[in-house]
Amino acid sequence: MLYARLIIMRLFKAVIVLFLIVILNFLLIQLAPGDPAAILAGEAGAADQEFLNQLRERFGLDQPMYVQLWRYVSGIAMLDFGYSYRLGVPVFDLIMARLPATLLLTGTAFLISLVLGIIAGSMAAARVKKPSGSIIMALALVFYATPLFWVALMSVLVFSVYLDWLPAYGFYTVGAGYTGFALILDVAKHLILPATTLALFFMAIYTRMTRTSMLDAAQQDYVKTARAKGLKPSIIQRRHVLRNALLPIITLAGLQAGQMVGGAILTETVFAWPGIGRLMFEALQQRDYNLLLGIFFFSAALVIVFNIITDLVYRLADPRIKGAS
Amino acid sequence: MSDIATETVLSIRQLSVALPKGADRALAVENISYDVNRGEIMCVVGESGSGKSMAANTVMGLLPKGVRPIQGEVIFEGQNLITLTEKQHMALRGLKIGMIFQEPMTALNPLMRVGAQIAEVFEAHGKLTPKQRQARALELLIEVGIPQPEKAISAYPFELSGGQRQRVVIAMALALEPVLLIADEPTTALDVTTQAQILELIRDLQRRRGMAVMFITHDFGVVAEIANRVCVMRHGQIVEIGEASEVLDHPQNEYTQALIAAIPSNAMPPHRETNTTAPLLDIKRLNKVFRSRGGWFKPSREVRALDDVSLTLARGETVGIVGESGSGKSTLGRCVVRLEHPDDGELLLDGVNLSQLKGDALRRERHRVQMIFQDPYASLNPRTRVGMAIAQGPIANGTPKAQALKQAGELLDMVGLGASAVERYPHEFSGGQRQRIGIARALALNPELIVADEAVSALDVSIQAQVLELLEELKQRLSLSLLFITHDLRVAAQICDRIVVMQHGRIVEQGSAEQIFLHPREAYTRSLLEAIPGRGASVAVTA
Amino acid sequence: MSFFARFAQNRGALVGLIILLMIIAMAILAPLLFPESPWRMVQRPFLPPLSQEGFPLGTDTMGRNVAAGLMHGAWVSLLIGLVSTSVALLIGVPLGAIAGYYGGLIDDILMRFTEFFQTIPNFALAIVLVAIMQPSVTSIVLAIALVSWPPVARLVRAEFMSLRNREYVEAARLVGQTNTTIILRQILPNTLSPIIVLASLMVATAILLESSLSFLGLGDPNVMSWGYMIGAARTVIRQAWWLSFFPGVAILLTVLALNLVGEGLDDALNPKLSRER
Repeated sequence: MLYARLIIMRLFKAVIVLFLIVILNFLLIQLAPGDPAAILAGEAGAADQEFLNQLRERFGLDQPMYVQLWRYVSGIAMLDFGYSYRLGVPVFDLIMARLPATLLLTGTAFLISLVLGIIAGSMAAARVKKPSGSIIMALALVFYATPLFWVALMSVLVFSVYLDWLPAYGFYTVGAGYTGFALILDVAKHLILPATTLALFFMAIYTRMTRTSMLDAAQQDYVKTARAKGLKPSIIQRRHVLRNALLPIITLAGLQAGQMVGGAILTETVFAWPGIGRLMFEALQQRDYNLLLGIFFFSAALVIVFNIITDLVYRLADPRIKGAS
Repeated sequence: MSDIATETVLSIRQLSVALPKGADRALAVENISYDVNRGEIMCVVGESGSGKSMAANTVMGLLPKGVRPIQGEVIFEGQNLITLTEKQHMALRGLKIGMIFQEPMTALNPLMRVGAQIAEVFEAHGKLTPKQRQARALELLIEVGIPQPEKAISAYPFELSGGQRQRVVIAMALALEPVLLIADEPTTALDVTTQAQILELIRDLQRRRGMAVMFITHDFGVVAEIANRVCVMRHGQIVEIGEASEVLDHPQNEYTQALIAAIPSNAMPPHRETNTTAPLLDIKRLNKVFRSRGGWFKPSREVRALDDVSLTLARGETVGIVGESGSGKSTLGRCVVRLEHPDDGELLLDGVNLSQLKGDALRRERHRVQMIFQDPYASLNPRTRVGMAIAQGPIANGTPKAQALKQAGELLDMVGLGASAVERYPHEFSGGQRQRIGIARALALNPELIVADEAVSALDVSIQAQVLELLEELKQRLSLSLLFITHDLRVAAQICDRIVVMQHGRIVEQGSAEQIFLHPREAYTRSLLEAIPGRGASVAVTA
Repeated sequence: MSFFARFAQNRGALVGLIILLMIIAMAILAPLLFPESPWRMVQRPFLPPLSQEGFPLGTDTMGRNVAAGLMHGAWVSLLIGLVSTSVALLIGVPLGAIAGYYGGLIDDILMRFTEFFQTIPNFALAIVLVAIMQPSVTSIVLAIALVSWPPVARLVRAEFMSLRNREYVEAARLVGQTNTTIILRQILPNTLSPIIVLASLMVATAILLESSLSFLGLGDPNVMSWGYMIGAARTVIRQAWWLSFFPGVAILLTVLALNLVGEGLDDALNPKLSRER
C-alpha cells in the first residue's frame, strides 16, 4: 500500500518535471537566434519557403506565444514530437528504434561499474595505509580523470586495431546473418568495448565513494558493539560496515544516472553504437534541432525513471524511512 | 561486603598505556593497579581526560589505533590479556567479558532487527541453533525488562527509546553470562529517571548473577548509588582507591575531596526573600506547537512543546526551569529570548510584550534579553577573536568599535580571564574558559534578563562548580535576573531562588527551591528527586 | 603547521601542483613559442612525431602543427574551466546560502529548482544549449556553468543549514546583528574551505565537459582546443594515433592534477577530517 502511494507520488512529481522540461525546450527554440521555423527545420539552406510556411502553420508560429506553447505541450503529451525534417521520419519512431541499444549499453555499464566499484572500494577500505590500497585509489583517480571519449578511442586502437580481439564498431556484424545464440554472442562481443569504457569512469566514482563510506561506517559506535560481541572481522565488515556503507551509494547511483546518459552519447559516438546517444550526435551534425530536443526530453525521462527505481530500492534497504513516512 | 570471600576476577598490575605521538601527553594511564572481584561493582571515576576508560579498553582489546599498553599486566582467568593475539581476544569478548557503552542511540546497527543483533552474540561463539538463539534473545529481552518483548525482538533500533536501546545493549552483553561486565558511562546519555532505572537494572542483574562489574563514570552521585569499591583517577593516575563508603565519607586525597565537594549537594541554599515587586518577566499562557510539515500524501505531525505556560520572574531573582528531555524547558528559554516564535500568549518584559515582535522591531529589542549557551565549543565563532565576539553586540547596537572593544576587555577581566584575552581566538581556551567568555558576551549589552540554557551541563564537575560560583558572584554584584534552565535538579538547587518543574510542555509544579526539594507536592517532582543518583546515600551521610 | 606544510604533506597534491604549474606555463608560453595561429597549415599532413625538426608531435590531417595546437589548447581549457566555475559559484553560492539560511518556503522553492536542474542529464543539456546558442567560448562557458551550479548550491545550503543553528550564530542574532551581517560575517567564512575544495574539482569537471563538447564538434570554431583535436582525428585513428593520443594525455594530466590539488586542499583546509592514507 505504502509503495503504491509512494510510486503514485513519485510519478506525479515526474510528470511535473517532464512538463518543465517541455517548457524549457520551448523556451530554447524561442531564445535561439533567428527564425524558430528555420531552427525547427534545421539550418537547411535548402529549406524552401513553402516548407517553412508549413512549419509555421503546424506549430502555430504566427499565433500568440501561449497558443504556441499550448500546441507544443499538448503535442508532446500525445507523444507527438514532430518530424525529423532531415530524415523525414517522426522523432518518436526514431528514438524508439534506438532506445533498446542504449538501455543495453547503459544497463551493462551500470552493473559492471557498481559491482566492480563496490568490490574495489571495499578492498581499498580494508587496505588503508597499505600499498595495495593506495594503488587501487590511484587507479580510480586516473580513470576518474580520463576523458571517456579518449578511453574509447584508445581501446579501439589497442583492442581492435593492434590486437584485433574485438570489433570496433557497430551493434552486430553486418552481413554475417547470425541468428539465435550466435547473434547474442556476436552482440555481446560488440558490447564489451563500449560497455567497459563507459563503466570505467563510473567504477572510479563508486570505488572512491565506497571506500569513504566504509571508512565512515567503520568509525560508528555499532561497529564497536559488534566487536565487543566477539564477532569475526569478516562478518563485521560484511554485515555491519558494508550494509550501512551501501546506503549512500544507492543515493549516489541515482544521482549518477544523468551522467550515465552523457557518457553514453560519447561512447556511442565513438563505437557507432546505434543508440539514442549516437542519434544525438547525428542530429547535431545535421543541425536537426527538433530531433535533438526530442532526444533531450527522452534522456531526461530515462533519468527520472532510474531515479524512481533507486528511490524505491533505498526505501527497501533502509527500515528507518518506512517507519518515518 | 568484607565477609564474602573475595575472588579476584580481573587484576590490573602496574599498567601503563601509551598515547600516539603528538597527543597532549605521553601516557594515557601510568602505572595503575586495581582488582575487580566477583560479586562487586568497582567504579572507576574521573573527569574527562583522566584515562578512566583506558584500562577497560585494554581489557577488551578495543584500544583506539596507535594507543598501546607498554608496561604491566592485566590478568583475567590466569591469562595476561595484554599478550593475547587478536584472535584469542575475540574469543573472550562477548563470551567471558561483556561490555555496554555510553551512547545507546548509536550503539546498535540501524539496519538490523533487535533480535538478530542479540542472536549474533551466540553466533559469534558458535552456540545454539538459529531457532534457539531467537528464543534466548526473547528471554533476555524479558530479563532486561523491555516492554512488549515479543514486539521488540523484531523491531529496528529506531523504533525504541534510548533507555530501551540501552536495555538491548545490556541484553547482548549478558547473553553468554560473562564473568565480567564492563559498563562505560552507560547512563550518561539518559534522562535522570531512565538513568535510575538502568542503574537499578545493572545492580539487580549483577546481584542475581554474581558477576564482577567494572563501572566507569564521571558522576559521584552514580558512584554513591551503585559502587562497592571506588577508584578515583586523574591525569592517568590513581589518586585514591577503596571501599565506596570510605571514599565518599572520608576522602583522603585533596582532589577527591574537591570532586565530592563540587557535587551540587542536597544542602539547601540559604533561604532568600523572594522579591515581591512587580515582575520583570511575566509570561502569560504561552503556547508553542512544532509541526513537522507533511508532504502531499503525508500527514503532518504535531508536538506540543509549550502548553499554556505561565510564570513570573522578579527583578534580581533566579528562577530555575527543570525537566527531562522533551519537557519543553529549552523551548521556553528559546521563546523568551525570541529564537523561537511562540504561537500565542504574552511575554511581558517590564510591561512590553515581546512575543509577537518581528523583523527590525524585534532586532531593536533583542539587547534586553541575552542568553548563555550550553556548548562552550559551539557558542563561539572559531574565526572571530574573543574581544570581537563580545563587542559585536554593542557594535550592532551603535557603540563605536574602539569603545566596544575596551568594554569587552573590562568584561573579560570581570569574568576572570584578563583583558589580554581580547586578541586571542576561541580555540586557545578550555571549555570552562569559553563558558566565561560566553557569560561576558551575554553581559555586554547590559541586558535586563539573562537566560542560561544548560549553561554548565557540558562541563566537568570541578569546572561546573567554578562557573556556578562566578554566576552567583555576578548575580550579587550586578543584581542580575536569571532564568536558569537545567535537567539537573542538584544544579538548580544551588543557584535558584525559585524552581519550576516542567513535563510534556506543561508546568507541573512551581515554588521556592526549598519547598520543591523538601516538600514536593506532585508525584512527578518526587520521582525526579528520587531519581537523583546518590541522593539516598548522601542524605544518610548528612543525617 | 602552516597551510602549505599541511598541503605538501600529501605528496600526490604536490605532484598535482607541479603538473598544474607546468600546464599554466604551457598556456602562457604558447603565443611566445608558437606565435603563428595553430590553425595554419605549415607542413605536409600526417607527419609522425619526432620525424622532423620543429614538429615534435607531428602534424595533423591538414598539416597543422600538433605541438602548437596542444599549447594553445592549454590556454582555452584553463580559461573555460576557471570562468565557467566562477560563474557556477556566482549562481550556486547565493542560492544555497539563501535557501539554507532562511529555510521554509524559500528553501523549498529554491531546492525544487535545483533538483530540477540536477535531474536533467547535464551533458545532454549542455549539448542542446551550445547547439542552439551556436558554439562560441561564451556559449560554452554559459552552458557549463548552467549545468554545474547545482552541487554548489546543495553544498552551501547544507553548510548553512548546519551552521545557522550553531550557538554562535544564534548568539549573533540575539545581540541584534542583521541577517546580512550574519550570513556574510558569521556563516560564509566558515563554509569557505569546502567551497574552495569543491571549486577546484569543478574546474577539472568543466575542463572534461569542454573537451567533450568540442570533441562532438561543438567547440568555438575560432579557438584550438584539445577536445577538437581528438574529435577531428577520430576517423583517422588507424593511420595517425598520435593525433588523438597527445591531446588526450594533456586532458588527463590537467584533470588529474586539479583533482590531486583538490584533495591536498581538502587535507590542508580540513585537517581533522583528512582521510587516512
